[in-house]
Amino acid sequence: MVDREGRIVEANDAARVLLPGPAGDDRASEDLPDWLADAHRRMVGGPGGTHVNALYGTIGERLFEAHPTPSSDGDVVWWLIDDTDRRLAEASLRSEQERAAILSEVSSTLLSSMNVAHCTEATARLAAHHLADAAVLVSPAQGRRFPLTHARAGGPVTQAVRTVDPATVPGLVEALQGFPPAPTQWINPDDIPAWAIPLGFAGQVGSVIVTQLPGHSEPNGALILLRAGTGRAFTEGEEAFTRQFAARAGAALSAARLYSEQARVTATLMRDLLPPDLGGVHGVEYAGRYRAAQDDQRIGGDFYDVHPGADPTRESLVVLGDVAGKGLDAAVLTGKIRNSLHALLPLAHDHEYVLNLLNAALLTSHHTRFATLVLASARRQAVRVRLRLTSAGHPPPLVVRADGRVEESRTSGDLVGAMPTVSARTEETDLAPGETCLLYTDGITEARGGPLGRELYGIERLKRDLTGCAGMPAEAMVERVHMLAAQWLGRGRHDDMAVVAIGAPKSGAPTVVNGDTRPRNTHQRQRRNP
Amino acid sequence: MTDSGDTAVTAGLRDRLWQAVLDGDAYTTTDVLRQSLDAGLDKETLLLGLVAPVQEQVGLAWAANRITVAQEHAATAANERAVTALIPAASARRRQRGRVTVACVDGEWHAFPARLVAEVLQLHGWQVDYLGPQIPVAHLIDHLHRTGADAVLLSSSIPARLPTAHAVITACQAAGMPVMAGGRAFGPDGRYARACGADRWAADARGAAAALEAGLRAPGPAAARQAVDDLPHLADQEYTMVVGARSRLVEQTLTDLEKDAPAMQLYTDVQRHRTAEDFAFIVDFLATALYVDDTDLFTGFVTWTADVLEARSVSARCLPPGLDLIARQLRDFPRATALLREGAAAVAARPRPGPGETAPGPGGVA
Repeated sequence: MVDREGRIVEANDAARVLLPGPAGDDRASEDLPDWLADAHRRMVGGPGGTHVNALYGTIGERLFEAHPTPSSDGDVVWWLIDDTDRRLAEASLRSEQERAAILSEVSSTLLSSMNVAHCTEATARLAAHHLADAAVLVSPAQGRRFPLTHARAGGPVTQAVRTVDPATVPGLVEALQGFPPAPTQWINPDDIPAWAIPLGFAGQVGSVIVTQLPGHSEPNGALILLRAGTGRAFTEGEEAFTRQFAARAGAALSAARLYSEQARVTATLMRDLLPPDLGGVHGVEYAGRYRAAQDDQRIGGDFYDVHPGADPTRESLVVLGDVAGKGLDAAVLTGKIRNSLHALLPLAHDHEYVLNLLNAALLTSHHTRFATLVLASARRQAVRVRLRLTSAGHPPPLVVRADGRVEESRTSGDLVGAMPTVSARTEETDLAPGETCLLYTDGITEARGGPLGRELYGIERLKRDLTGCAGMPAEAMVERVHMLAAQWLGRGRHDDMAVVAIGAPKSGAPTVVNGDTRPRNTHQRQRRNP
Repeated sequence: MTDSGDTAVTAGLRDRLWQAVLDGDAYTTTDVLRQSLDAGLDKETLLLGLVAPVQEQVGLAWAANRITVAQEHAATAANERAVTALIPAASARRRQRGRVTVACVDGEWHAFPARLVAEVLQLHGWQVDYLGPQIPVAHLIDHLHRTGADAVLLSSSIPARLPTAHAVITACQAAGMPVMAGGRAFGPDGRYARACGADRWAADARGAAAALEAGLRAPGPAAARQAVDDLPHLADQEYTMVVGARSRLVEQTLTDLEKDAPAMQLYTDVQRHRTAEDFAFIVDFLATALYVDDTDLFTGFVTWTADVLEARSVSARCLPPGLDLIARQLRDFPRATALLREGAAAVAARPRPGPGETAPGPGGVA
């Protein structure tokens, strides 16, 4: 009970323990904590007394809620309720919730990217934002150089590869090796070298944590967290939280590294299985296009190649084929067939012989698949292109004449990889300027769809559509055929689809006979005759 | 894409290029462009002030039936080949700005606008990975993870591909990539780009360059979402049902039309097939209009179809009854029937275009 002058008139045992002083009455108002004395003055000062709501304040280390009960004689009874534990519990709940939210954000952000550089950048940025004033991510060494990622809270993230000595940061060598982290109190902020402080970091380094980013076998680097001198030091709870953060970041970086490595291996193995870029060779235009059966793949059981002749007087060999089956397994076999045919090039003057050699090779291999293909030998003669076409169990090539007629080649033969020998009949034909020979796989003609859904595209429709394509350059025709097939399919499923066009250029004989107009090659360019 | 900076492009120059691409003659096309460069035209003006308008003219000429499909393809191929010959790929140049990926929506055939954007960005100092048309989404995402691009620029000219475009946009964003959308499919003011949650829309190549320079923020973790989160009306299932019933709708409409219009019974197989195709396109656009919940997209397409038909001396008279017949089959779908009603009204109210006045289609024939 406190009187008008702020003297403690009476106190119970608990209050005496709390506010020790001379036992007995009439203690001066200085004995009251300032916040309570202030409230008391406001309570009794105003005319008729001002109503005061519940108050909060600290006494010593603890937090109290104070409820006043004025009495008629002007004294006020202050009830003090110790609120410390509830507040602590609330604060820790709040910080737990915040941390959970941060970890969830960190996980989602890091999981979205499978790119090591992006993950590294995001880790440094999130660490600087949520855990400290600045963060430096030291990635695993590349020789004696370390990729460093610097981030400041609210600032830009910069990445650089530098030769630095990790031993200059206490605990960093151990963190990079995956040893347990050094406790923060062991790290003297003055020992932090300049390279480990992001540019624009304001003021002195106050406290530092070094933590490792765990990886699958080796750590994914280490994280140096810095707080400015005036900021709070890292508490034990924050250190633990930093480790949780680092565990998530490390897992994301591991996944990204693993993915990058797998993607690199796949890309390397895939390189030789992908269809080649075609262009002009020795005065003949070639274009090809491929669509795999699985729309998420780029390879499958169809293939094509153009092998340029040794010089413009020699034939170039065009191959287009279809291996039974789809997907990666089929693609691996197309690779073998393409290699075998490459080796058989010197014998390409006799298509049937080449097919028999290929047949023998396929029969003795452990693959049980067979293949159909078309061989086309092409050579420019004055303005025309001479062609020899041989089908081995494959849909016949189509020749689109300048007047719009579409001729079906009469070549025919057995497929390869099934019978002991192969017989095939080669047909010869000429292309006049502007005429095109089209090789395609049955994925085109067997496309099922159309406006009514279940019709086959079919060779007759293909021939009719090609009538409107007379005079088209090779690449435009290839695109056109794929487009027609794709429109026909709509959303339907389909087989591998490959198309190659061999075209006789419309304009006269090229002056650069050896002109090569493959995409992106600007050095050798065919020019039109004046 | 023309603006005052392109005044260096003379009408004579444009005519010469137009003639060369019309002949499908890549060599002359390349020569015309090379001469312009030699005469001091800068590359960006060449691409945007000369090549792009001529390419647009190709699309208009096709819609007006002044050139054939074959010529259209040949012209595009000639333009593309000439651009390839004149603007060499930046040889592993050091990154001056950043690295971006330019791709078309899977199923897109009109890759040339994307190609021009890629070339212009390269001239602006960006490292550009141009993936071209027909790139499966999975492959695009794989590419983004591998290269660590700063942004994706997605091009589409066919509105019917908008649902696919939406899926590509969300997939890229879920992978942490900001997406800038562009091309005719996203609407003249980019409204469909916004509907699909793209981070930015650019009207043209220069707009794309400016937006990239201003910077695109990577999407936050909340970017991982489903189509219905962006377009809540999809919950009514009308889009899903119309897509699923596409073939049945077309077939029934043709059968009913033949009953109502005896003249159709005299159609040849080819004519019948063309009519079926026209209605299949209409159902596709109906589905897309349901997807983005936009009437203009549908009315724009049906009036354009009517114009294209009449440019080819085919009467557009069967369009309104056809739309009505589709509507009868979709009786239980209020959004679809409303769209079809608006479409029929728009065709009926259409002013007769004179020859050559056919507007560029929403189908983006360029």
